[in-house]
Amino acid sequence: MSALADGLVQLRRYPSAVAGIAIIAALLAVAAWAVIAIPYGSALELWRGGAQWQQHPVNARPAWVNWFRASSLPATQRVASDPATVEVEEYPGARRLVIPIELDYDHREFPSELNVFVDAAYLELEPFLRMTWHTPDGRAIPLGGRRVSRDERISISQDLALERRLGALPHVALFADPAVEGRPRALPGRYRLEIEAVVFEPESTLGATLVSYGRVHGLAGTDHQRRDLLVALLWGTPVALAFGLIAAVGTTLTTLFIAAAGVWFGGWLDAFIQRITEVNMILPVLPILVMVGTLYSTSIWLMLGVVVAFGIFSASIKMYRAMLLPIREAPYIEAARAYGVGNTRMILRYMIPRILPVLIPGFVTLIPSFVFLEASLAVLGLGDPELPTWGKVMNDAQSESALYHGYYYWVVGPAVLLMLTGLGFAMLGFALDRIFNPRLRMI
Amino acid sequence: MSEGAALPSGRSGRLRDLRRIVLFTLLRLGGLLLTVTIGVYLTILIANMGGQVDELRIVQIRSTIADAVRANPAFAAMPLDERQALVEGQVQQEIVRLRLDQPFIQRSFDYLWQAMRLDLGRAEQMHSDSGSREVSAIIVERLPATLLLFGTANFLVFFTSIFVALYLSRRYGSLLDRIVIALAPSSAAPGWFYGIFLILIFAFIYPWLPPGGMVQAPPPEDRLTYALSVLQHMVLPVGAMFLSSIFISIYSWRTFFLIHASEDYVEMARAKGLPSSQIELRYVLRPTLPPIVTSFALMLIGLWGGAIILEQVFNWPGLGSLAFRAIGFRDTPVIIASVVIFAYLLAITVFLLDVIYALLDPRVKLGGGGR
Repeated sequence: MSALADGLVQLRRYPSAVAGIAIIAALLAVAAWAVIAIPYGSALELWRGGAQWQQHPVNARPAWVNWFRASSLPATQRVASDPATVEVEEYPGARRLVIPIELDYDHREFPSELNVFVDAAYLELEPFLRMTWHTPDGRAIPLGGRRVSRDERISISQDLALERRLGALPHVALFADPAVEGRPRALPGRYRLEIEAVVFEPESTLGATLVSYGRVHGLAGTDHQRRDLLVALLWGTPVALAFGLIAAVGTTLTTLFIAAAGVWFGGWLDAFIQRITEVNMILPVLPILVMVGTLYSTSIWLMLGVVVAFGIFSASIKMYRAMLLPIREAPYIEAARAYGVGNTRMILRYMIPRILPVLIPGFVTLIPSFVFLEASLAVLGLGDPELPTWGKVMNDAQSESALYHGYYYWVVGPAVLLMLTGLGFAMLGFALDRIFNPRLRMI
Repeated sequence: MSEGAALPSGRSGRLRDLRRIVLFTLLRLGGLLLTVTIGVYLTILIANMGGQVDELRIVQIRSTIADAVRANPAFAAMPLDERQALVEGQVQQEIVRLRLDQPFIQRSFDYLWQAMRLDLGRAEQMHSDSGSREVSAIIVERLPATLLLFGTANFLVFFTSIFVALYLSRRYGSLLDRIVIALAPSSAAPGWFYGIFLILIFAFIYPWLPPGGMVQAPPPEDRLTYALSVLQHMVLPVGAMFLSSIFISIYSWRTFFLIHASEDYVEMARAKGLPSSQIELRYVLRPTLPPIVTSFALMLIGLWGGAIILEQVFNWPGLGSLAFRAIGFRDTPVIIASVVIFAYLLAITVFLLDVIYALLDPRVKLGGGGR
């Protein structure tokens, strides 16, 4: 085993190995952080989507795209009404509340959507409200009136009547600078939404939140279901690493053990192992995985099991066998046999350790291939039904025609992470290969 | 070769050689056939979940027929129980047509027997573009597309990498050599992955090339324009496969040639003052021909494995996307047929490999039977 330690020390002389180790360490740190920051249960819960994301924009780009743009894209702004600024007028049988919400908007680009979330408390009689939009240059645009129930989302952007009246999408028309000819630009400044509410019960109260949805969001942007892609990118890391590592360990170790047992016992066992390997080499693994995914379940752990099961009797059994055959005749094995070493001990302690160093590079380069296999399955639509993974993000992007719509970030984010994983392990593996492979050491 | 020296020369020796080769070939063929049979049977079992798919399919058949009858205005006036009987009768007919009334084990051996005879039968759900239900028609329609795409890409990668590797092994340690070594890890990503980037860059950011498909729609009438259109659609997928495997391929061939170029007999040839082109051809390439042929054959086999996803990403109408759709439709005959074709192709390749080996490597030819 000291050869192993020596080899690892030699790694420092290879810049690509150092870079690879740095990338792997960074990925491991991200994976650990993801698991700690977002526990498994809440990651699944977040990725299921739904109402918890309703104040996030749809298909927002990542915030860093602003670095490359002349005019910055707005982020989401949320302004809640302040009870202290509410004016109250009492009437017989009703109260009139005037709720001002002020939004400081300093972009020349338009928001992607405009909604008001109303939180009304009442027993039976629903409050009535009327909204007016005041622009920084002093225009007042009435937004219409309506009854509201307890938790209601008033979608200004989807108000077709308003759109017809304003002649443009509401969130564009409301922010447009009237002085600009041609392509409309937003007018920066302080906007005011005035909500006049009439409540009919003495205990009734009413609060509101104005959400101006941005065109950028966070580090990774959002998808078509308003989910923050950062959740999937973060959680994809431990999933990918675990899948790659478990699959690589599972296949390499069992394959090695089986090959060693075949070589040691020889005879019919060896022949049997060889025949199984030949049958297994004929089976097309990816189509079978697709079959299993379509017919049984797409759970990532089932896929992992199938991958390992098919990987056990892979072509590498032949390679290990070729390496082990001369070892079987080595004098030290002869000596060990002479002083009565048992079969299991012979295989585990005398034969396998001897070829282990040569296998390490292959093992390291095997990991990314399994990571990419998982991504391939996910891109085919056979990703895990619950867990967020990189491949599933790419699959969503593909099925929503992200490239066609220009949402490049949606594909680039997971792709860059996949590429980093692949590169990190491959660079380390190649360097290890040059250290541990005696035929390569000379050149 | 002590065995070679001991062989008697002349007619009887050659005859014995021939007999040994024939025996070896027959054994090898038998073994391969058995392997294919087992592999195909395993696929049949998996594709049917050991028979459990049958129940799923009966439910599916029943609901489809019930929907069809309900939607048909001709049956609207029919009393309920009469309509029920009609549905039941049609379900039974469909079950008999798909042979779901027979036990699965019996059917599985039937499938196996038909598959092994390459009698691929009729598809249950799918049909070829010309409307035929024959599985062989469906496959024959798709096979050229896959062969064209993957054949082109793999030939390009194979020959480019061998030539570049030879060149680099001559200039070992040069800047270009180091660049290739540094780029080799980029092959950790599969072709479809580069495909997505190529589509992004060359089809959307700079719309020079089509993002997918095999020929523009509607297909051009003129043969030349058609070929040009196919060629244009091939650029991105071939480029993706080329990118993903060229560097690793050059790297491993270069290493391989370097190892062989340091053999004693090559040193000897160099010491004799032979020109380097002759050293490369006769002292490096000739003895390494068997492994090169092996890797070429293995590459041809590997063709099929990656096809599913690359064809899916590029929307290429080949065998891979056919298999994917067949699995989605649970169309067992088509699934089995695509695996059978693959298994046979593989077995033929392995067999040809043995023969070519025997031709190229004199040690194998003489010692073939006695391994």
